[in-house]
Amino acid sequence: MTVDAPLAPSGAVRRRRAGRSSTSLTRSSGLGLGIALAWFSLLVLIPLCLVVIQSIDGGWETFRQTLTNPQTAAALRLTVTQALIVTAINIVMGTLIAWVLVRDSFPGKRVLEVVIDIPFALPTIVAGLVLLSLYGPDSPLGVNVANTERSVFLALLFVTLPFVVRTVQPVLMELDRDVEEAAASLGASRFTTLRRIILPSLAPAITAGAALSFARGISEYGSLVLLSGNLPLKTEVASVRILTYIENGNEAAAASVATILLLVALAAIILLQLISTWVARRG
Amino acid sequence: MASRLAQPKTVGTYGRRLLVVGYLFLLVIWPVALVVQKTFEGGLDNLQTALSDPVVTDALQLTVVVALWAVAINTVFGVGISLLLVRYDFPGRGTLSALIDLPLSVSPVVVGLALLLAYGGTNGTFGPALEGAGLQIAFATPGIVMATAFVSLPLVIREVVPVLQEIGTEQEQAAKSLGAGPWQTFWRITLPSIKWALVYGIVLSLARALGEFGAVKIVSGNVAQQTQTATLVVEQKYQDFEQGSAYATSFLLALIAVAALVVVTILRPKDDTDGD
Repeated sequence: MTVDAPLAPSGAVRRRRAGRSSTSLTRSSGLGLGIALAWFSLLVLIPLCLVVIQSIDGGWETFRQTLTNPQTAAALRLTVTQALIVTAINIVMGTLIAWVLVRDSFPGKRVLEVVIDIPFALPTIVAGLVLLSLYGPDSPLGVNVANTERSVFLALLFVTLPFVVRTVQPVLMELDRDVEEAAASLGASRFTTLRRIILPSLAPAITAGAALSFARGISEYGSLVLLSGNLPLKTEVASVRILTYIENGNEAAAASVATILLLVALAAIILLQLISTWVARRG
Repeated sequence: MASRLAQPKTVGTYGRRLLVVGYLFLLVIWPVALVVQKTFEGGLDNLQTALSDPVVTDALQLTVVVALWAVAINTVFGVGISLLLVRYDFPGRGTLSALIDLPLSVSPVVVGLALLLAYGGTNGTFGPALEGAGLQIAFATPGIVMATAFVSLPLVIREVVPVLQEIGTEQEQAAKSLGAGPWQTFWRITLPSIKWALVYGIVLSLARALGEFGAVKIVSGNVAQQTQTATLVVEQKYQDFEQGSAYATSFLLALIAVAALVVVTILRPKDDTDGD
């Protein structure tokens, strides 16, 4: 089983620090760190900083203008709303899928393990094509969501599927069954056990998965290209707005929308962290 | 495992199982199966048409070259930074380990914009100087490689770091005390113990690299037979009503990604994945 899979939180770096025996930098490892940092800065940090700088370069005016543009505002609203709905569904379904994969056993379970990873491995443009084949104009189900708001929902649901499953699964495997049995033998109902014992231990993992899922949701682009039709004010998402601004040579406006997306992702991560702490304490 | 199997099956167990299987069937299994079916609707015609179209073959070739570069860079960088993060103490280590995950939360379109702002030929911060020195990054292969390396950057690190922490340093110290040099220790002790995590990380990076679309679309300029990658061809073919070629190219991309994933899932020793 591929449980320490793609998306498990790398919070592990912090978790086990106490038991580690680490050394301070030697000359060669210092050189290695220097090269690694230089590459990371050139590839990721400097370009991303330039986006933020570009967005506030013309003062707040560009920001205000971009945000009050009805088309951009509608795109941001659609993106955030759909990402929130999808994340909520992922919290429930992702946890349930992880539960079934860990606690249940049935023939074909290993196939499901691979199925969970498919949305992550599939090129996003192909993901759009894949969904179009079942939920598009030629749908064998007779459900055509192409070019509607529901296509955005469906695409986000597809591409974010692995996140909560893959973060919850390893924690669920480590969870001690004895505590649940003890709770049951002391007369706790299954629901009480779930609420007081299981959910609090899973909360941090669910949170991490939900944060990744939301961040991925608001930033999705590829799977929507063929599916949603990118209709202004209707099915156009924030990433498409950014692309349009870039194509029109308006990099400042593109950078403003990009910066807003980065801020929303950050806010969501902080908010989820607070909720998780609250759930863990209350349990 | 034994207690897991002994768990009595209730109506709830079957209900949950049914719900999960049904959900995955409708969301993933059936749609993917339909694309495979559509690819082979006229026998091998679609694949043959696609593979005899120079636009498709050139794009596939470019995609493979770019993906190999990006994966090679991410593997070397990933193993190096994982070792540094786990084995060494330096100021800012916590910040660095948090920042490493950043590429997973950034929209591909924003990645493209960011690289363009830094390396664009006319307006970019470093672009004009680099082009003066004869190195074109944006709208050329180096830019596509950078965009691809950006989006798949954390994948190797996320797999390798937990394993490095798990195995500790005892064996490495033993090797050192027996007179092994740093390279010898790495090749003979460290690398064999992180082997499977590394392979899994590389496969995930490869899948992500082959499939990158948004960032590449912005940085590459999307010129057919020059800077057009396979995913960009899928979009173009679909919009040009050459659905057969679009499905065939999609099928090939999906096949490589999913096949790599399945092979690693099967090959990987089972007890290695249980975390302890």
